[in-house]
Amino acid sequence: MSKTTLFDKIWDSHVVQEIEGGPSVLYIDRHLVHEVTSPQAFAGLDKRGIKVARPKQTFATPDHNVPTKDQHLTIKDELSRSQVETLTRNCNNHGVNLFGLGHPWQGVVHVVGPELGITLPGSTMVCGDSHTSTHGAFGAVAFGVGTSEVEMVLSTQCIMQPKPKKMLIEVNGTLSKGVTAKDIALYIISKITTAGGTGHFIEYAGSAITSLTMEGRMTLCNLSIESGARGGLIAPDETTFNYVKGREFAPKGEAWDKALAYWKTLKTDEGAEFDLVYKYDAADITPMITYGTNPGMGMKINDTIPTGEGLSDNNKNTFLKALKYMDIEPGSKMIGRRVDYVFLGSCTNGRIEDFRAFAAFVKGKKKADNVIAWLVPGSKQVEKQCIEEGIDKALVEAGFELRQPGCSACLAMNDDKVPEGKYAVATSNRNFEGRQGPGSRTFLASPLTAAAAAITGVITDPRDLM
Amino acid sequence: MAIDKFTTLESPAIPLPIENVDTDQIIPARFLKATTRDGFGDNLFRDWRYDKTNNKIESFILNNPNYSGKILVGGRNFGSGSSREHAAWAIYDFGFKVVVSSFFADIFKNNALNNGLLPVQVSEDFLAKIFAAIEKDNKTNLKVDLENQTITLLATGDSEKFDINPYKKTCLTNGYDDIDFLLSIKDKIEAFEQAR
Repeated sequence: MSKTTLFDKIWDSHVVQEIEGGPSVLYIDRHLVHEVTSPQAFAGLDKRGIKVARPKQTFATPDHNVPTKDQHLTIKDELSRSQVETLTRNCNNHGVNLFGLGHPWQGVVHVVGPELGITLPGSTMVCGDSHTSTHGAFGAVAFGVGTSEVEMVLSTQCIMQPKPKKMLIEVNGTLSKGVTAKDIALYIISKITTAGGTGHFIEYAGSAITSLTMEGRMTLCNLSIESGARGGLIAPDETTFNYVKGREFAPKGEAWDKALAYWKTLKTDEGAEFDLVYKYDAADITPMITYGTNPGMGMKINDTIPTGEGLSDNNKNTFLKALKYMDIEPGSKMIGRRVDYVFLGSCTNGRIEDFRAFAAFVKGKKKADNVIAWLVPGSKQVEKQCIEEGIDKALVEAGFELRQPGCSACLAMNDDKVPEGKYAVATSNRNFEGRQGPGSRTFLASPLTAAAAAITGVITDPRDLM
Repeated sequence: MAIDKFTTLESPAIPLPIENVDTDQIIPARFLKATTRDGFGDNLFRDWRYDKTNNKIESFILNNPNYSGKILVGGRNFGSGSSREHAAWAIYDFGFKVVVSSFFADIFKNNALNNGLLPVQVSEDFLAKIFAAIEKDNKTNLKVDLENQTITLLATGDSEKFDINPYKKTCLTNGYDDIDFLLSIKDKIEAFEQAR
């Protein structure tokens, strides 16, 4: 037998048919659906007069558009309301599992999938959302697709997809205090750029990766797309199995034993080849922060912002355009810079562990007066857990409040918009121009760095307050 | 259902020599609230085309009457970020049939192909030649020939081959749709499910 990678094993076992000189027909085990990228796909099925092929393998929840206050009331924005209502109607028409607004399982689709055991090792998963890469944390081949592809999967449970190349990213060693999975991801993307992973599927390995919790692994895999990669995965291990066991849609009883036996075989063979390999030392990673307008424009929090020296003309124009948008001088520092907003949440860092870390950090301290903070749990279950663990109270004592679940200020499709010219430290995934609202300026960072900024009102190395 | 057929196109091009043009710039999230595929062209590059009071930003290339055409030429890593197919819809709806860059993000490329918008990947050198040629003469014509997989600067005769997978080429040339194909192999998909 030839030596194969984990990615090959999962991909190859899901190929229904190879097309001569073309993409593979890939079978999709689980399909996640939200309100923004699905209406045109459902409309396509209705136009053809067909029904969703495998409604039991399809799971929907509204997240992108939903308000994070007063979710029990009618959504005020007419277009947002229409999209959420269209999702409900489509799911009802087609018998698709729906966790609607108010449902105890509603939330950001990539937080909901894992916490309900919908995400399983060895499976293929897609969603009309680029951060579907999150689910690779479980040893799944999971990737984001466009609406035409959503329609393919709704219609046939299959997708036409060229097989990506394989990349290995190994991070070995022990992470220092105050350094999180988010920092690993921002560190990697700052090294390989936002195009470095394009055309590839990443496998993350090494002792710094296997020592991460499932939440940490999800944060890391979530950000794979920000390097341009199709997705990123981590071989499943005891940490994975313990997380999945007993969850709502996970296999039970004999089916669990059978699944577990298979999952334990899911690893890259010794000596299997990758198209690209990067190796990093965990000891070199510090808290990270972005200064520009793409996630690759990141740096160690105490460093100085690059000057653009040595870049080609075209590169330099792009670099200077980004800094002009951010109103930041090349070669200056990030530490001490004014912060107006702090956003904790999103499919990147909206899980219970992120809220625990933020709450533990701010305990006994007070929110800075100049900062408006939006703390948005990734799901109803995360919200519930925050209340059960007393995290909500700890946050209130420190001058914060917990909002209701949704994508919120990550992409500002609801009312949570950072105003023009204001600076936000965000635990989300994109710092593109206008991402958090027209004219908004985003610094991406970990929940700890976000907490430090919320307390001091300026960019602060979280290790100084720990 | 079918996509529009593509064979050859001769047209001037609109240059956008910026790298990492992400899909949030192509179509900002607040314009993703529609439930149909129509009309996204109105908001293509919305925040680069219009200021906050909805006045045209004259310096932006799409607002410059001296530039027109059905080919958009972008810098490296075009279409990165969000998977929103609305980006491909917006570009197509605005009137472009081809996007040229030296590097495309994966999801954008798939989305473009699924909508009859042809992504043409050229070398950095050839991209630089295109930008230079347009700078010299904004009416200069490019010819994109899908059958022969070539892109040519007609003024100079400079030409380069581009890649496209043969299946997708057949789809574009004939206007075939992937869903029709997948529905035609339904038996095979069911057999695959049963064999697992």
